[in-house]
Amino acid sequence: MLAVHGLTKRFGGFTAVDHVSFAVEKGEILGLIGPNGSGKSTIFNMLSGALVPNGGSIRFEEREIAGQAPHRIVNLGVGRTFQIPRPFRRLSILENVVLSGFYGQGRRSRAKAFEAAERALGLVGLPTDRAATVDGLGAAALKKLELAKALATAPKLLLADESLSGLDEHEMDQAADLLRRICKELGITIIWVEHIMGVLMRVVDRVMVLDHGEKIAEGLPAQVASDPRVIEVYLGTQAAAVSAVAAART
Amino acid sequence: MTRYLPWIGGAALVALPFVYRSPYPLHILIIILIWSFAYTSWSVMGRFGLVSLGHGGFMGIGAYVTALAWNHGHVSPWIGIPLALLAGAGLAALVAYPCFRFRITGHYFALVTLALSGIVLQVITATRDHTGGSLGYTPERYRGGNSLWALQFSDKTTWYLIALAVWAVGLYVWHRVDRSMLRYALEAISEDEDAAAATGVHVTAEKLKITVLSAAMTALAGALYCQYQMFISPDTVSGISVSLQMVFAVVVGGIYVSLGPTIGAVITILMAEVLRISFGTRAVGWDNLVYGVLLVLFIVFLPKGILGSLLDLRRRATWISS
Repeated sequence: MLAVHGLTKRFGGFTAVDHVSFAVEKGEILGLIGPNGSGKSTIFNMLSGALVPNGGSIRFEEREIAGQAPHRIVNLGVGRTFQIPRPFRRLSILENVVLSGFYGQGRRSRAKAFEAAERALGLVGLPTDRAATVDGLGAAALKKLELAKALATAPKLLLADESLSGLDEHEMDQAADLLRRICKELGITIIWVEHIMGVLMRVVDRVMVLDHGEKIAEGLPAQVASDPRVIEVYLGTQAAAVSAVAAART
Repeated sequence: MTRYLPWIGGAALVALPFVYRSPYPLHILIIILIWSFAYTSWSVMGRFGLVSLGHGGFMGIGAYVTALAWNHGHVSPWIGIPLALLAGAGLAALVAYPCFRFRITGHYFALVTLALSGIVLQVITATRDHTGGSLGYTPERYRGGNSLWALQFSDKTTWYLIALAVWAVGLYVWHRVDRSMLRYALEAISEDEDAAAATGVHVTAEKLKITVLSAAMTALAGALYCQYQMFISPDTVSGISVSLQMVFAVVVGGIYVSLGPTIGAVITILMAEVLRISFGTRAVGWDNLVYGVLLVLFIVFLPKGILGSLLDLRRRATWISS
């Protein structure tokens, strides 16, 4: 469904993403992990059109989308969420999502946009009444809104950017289950960028690991977790932190 | 009751000149209606944070294109006005497209449009052989100034009804935009262009739509002003002071409510008249001074304007009582 070849992005002399290639199959969840500054968000921004790559190709359903405008990529069927939620505070919750449902699906009809919005809000568990405003929403609800906005565009491929940062463990599990349901029940392919390893490993089908803009590992979660290079650059610190938390809880 | 209020108010406004025929108040009302329409046109885009200081330019284009087409080409205003609207819309697209394409927003957009105001004023002044320059310009009278073909009427009642109709159309357009998907898109764009694009909105195209609409409406206001007054000068229909006057009136009246610009026009025009009558030539330019001081006070203390704040108060009152 998505085939990326030799994707490269430089900011001045700094190469944020260096010849990264990967493919995503229809119906899977691909986890994208790596330490801060490893190029995860840069890849996302290129896939969604927010950044123009310096080299390489991005083919989505046999069509080259590298360097296309963000609104066109959305309308081709690639939806995204932002790492830090970016709701429109002057619009109500429903209007936020209706906007996506209308402009993200080729501006077909108002009625269809409202339908899509109500379905998306129902799925993530947010109120669909017209008066509900964004102002009262907490961190978890804002992330749900971000997801609903992306879903209302009827994506074939969903780019979920660090959906779980800032949530407590219960909320994290809920959100992870939601992503799994979106993939398996709605048939939406997902690329999921995440800092938090534990939950991600439980939900994704495959994992890709980045470090300093290069792909260092790719495979099933269990394989990747035992890869010595991955442990060295990334899991080492995380694994220690995870086991520390586990020890504290028992 | 409140559902019928606009219709009752509208009927009263239509009936007014048949009951009350005093020419001076009627003249003031016509002027208020024409400027209300111009201010409403500005607020159609201004309410989305697209602060244009170039609308004096569009108004000037509307007035001068109509008058020049009539005097030089003997083109009836019925064709001249659509031409003027096209000219205004075309100029707006020409200036706004690069701004939107290359993300010139906020203060920088205001500065670009401010330059546009100045340029239109300079062009009108510099081409004085055709436009009369700063001395002003008069459309030629046709059949004693009473002709539908020339859109010239000596009767104030006719002008009042024309201005009233155009003003009502302006409010209608405001409401249409308010209920459209375009409003959702523009509210989103005004907050975060990248996030809006990520929902599928073509940011440049949507901004361009509202700008062209607003500019064309403003050009119509200019043409109407020209046909009614039968005299235009660069300072009264064009330039930076006209642009600033629009912003001021809308901020005073209320930028987020449909009748805000109208309230702004009533207040500013009555204030200017009162100053003119009570101080005469000793107070030339005082209205601008008062505008400036009031503008600062409003932006600081009453950013939603008079009408917007009153509606907020009423909403709060009903909320408390319920």
